Amino acid sequence: MSALAALIRRDIRIALRVGGGALIGVLFFLTVTVLMPFAVGPDLALLSRLGPAILWLGALLASLLTLDRLFTADHEDGSLDLIVMSRTPLELACAAKALAHWIAAGLPLIIATPILGLLLNLDGTATLAVAATLLAGTPALTFTGMIGAALAVTLHRGGLLLAVLVLPLSIPVLIFGVAASQAAISGPLPFGTPFSILCALSLASLVIGPFAAAASLRHGLD
Amino acid sequence: MRLSGRNLKCVRGGREVFSGLDLSAVAGEALAITGPNGSGKTSLLRVLAGLLVPAEGSIALEGGDAELSLPEQAHYLGHRDALKPALSVAENLSFWRDFLGGETRDAGQCLVAVALDHAAHLPAAYLSAGQRRRLSIARLLSVRRPVWLLDEPTSALDAAGQALFVGLMRDHLASGGLIVAATHLPLGIDARDLRMGGAA
Repeated sequence: MSALAALIRRDIRIALRVGGGALIGVLFFLTVTVLMPFAVGPDLALLSRLGPAILWLGALLASLLTLDRLFTADHEDGSLDLIVMSRTPLELACAAKALAHWIAAGLPLIIATPILGLLLNLDGTATLAVAATLLAGTPALTFTGMIGAALAVTLHRGGLLLAVLVLPLSIPVLIFGVAASQAAISGPLPFGTPFSILCALSLASLVIGPFAAAASLRHGLD
Repeated sequence: MRLSGRNLKCVRGGREVFSGLDLSAVAGEALAITGPNGSGKTSLLRVLAGLLVPAEGSIALEGGDAELSLPEQAHYLGHRDALKPALSVAENLSFWRDFLGGETRDAGQCLVAVALDHAAHLPAAYLSAGQRRRLSIARLLSVRRPVWLLDEPTSALDAAGQALFVGLMRDHLASGGLIVAATHLPLGIDARDLRMGGAA
């Protein structure tokens, strides 16, 4: 347990220091959301209708942006060799790394959501709904994204490949995340239905992600 | 304790690096792998560390902890030194000590042992190549592992550093450890020679 705690602590610490990825995701999220009203125009009703979708797209792309460094950095400096050799099962180490990434890069997105909701003319309920769906859905993005990050680990500039590999897997999360937010705002569906599917997607990826990532890391080492 | 490899064959990128290789080393003994560039020294160490799968042959560690595999009982000191530039010297070392686990030593003492204690709070980004190597060596000391797999361990070390490392290797062998080192330079300790490649 202490080994995993050490890994999580280290990854969060690196992400928060200079050159770490934690703030890059939030800044990207901010940029996308701030630019959107300028592109759509000053129609407040349209903005608030598109709001949840815009926030979800921004969060999805922001989390993809930082995911490609999840294993590459450790691969480049040789840390990954030692992690593979260690007495900690690689599956658990992968899960710990993904958790650390979510805490450092995913949570800030959720915290930023209420402020960005103001820019998109979302009222209190709508903002709360989007934040809740992001809280339930972003772990799925991180843990499925981890599979792509593990597959692309030995490739230089694997970031684009990661996006191509991971995007199809994130489509269900996006659909149910936006559907649940819309349900909370305008109905007619009850919020619970798409929201529980979203939670199920997250839980499933929590289980599948570490095993798939560990398998592809073992296979890809050379 | 006895480390033995039998009839090992390694293929990388469709090219055979070595084949039919036998090796053995017992506790308290050092094995120096020598040979020209490209003869497969690093590949052999990575096979022993479990980071490459041998195409043929088997590796066994007798007399170790039966619950653990060879990689779990080994330290690997590779070309890349597994240091994070954003973390300080002490943070880097404490992380590996906590993560690798097992029988550990105080991180501060290990830094003193490699004469790096004055730089404990410096970010690793500012270390020289030799200092980075010293910090990697401190990792070997911070957690006890009976088998040391060393790839060019003395590269980038100055004369004082090499002398210091020779002493550390002697201590490790004296405490029943085992060393397999790939090297071009004389290790400075009594070691059995395993010559690889030749003409290849």
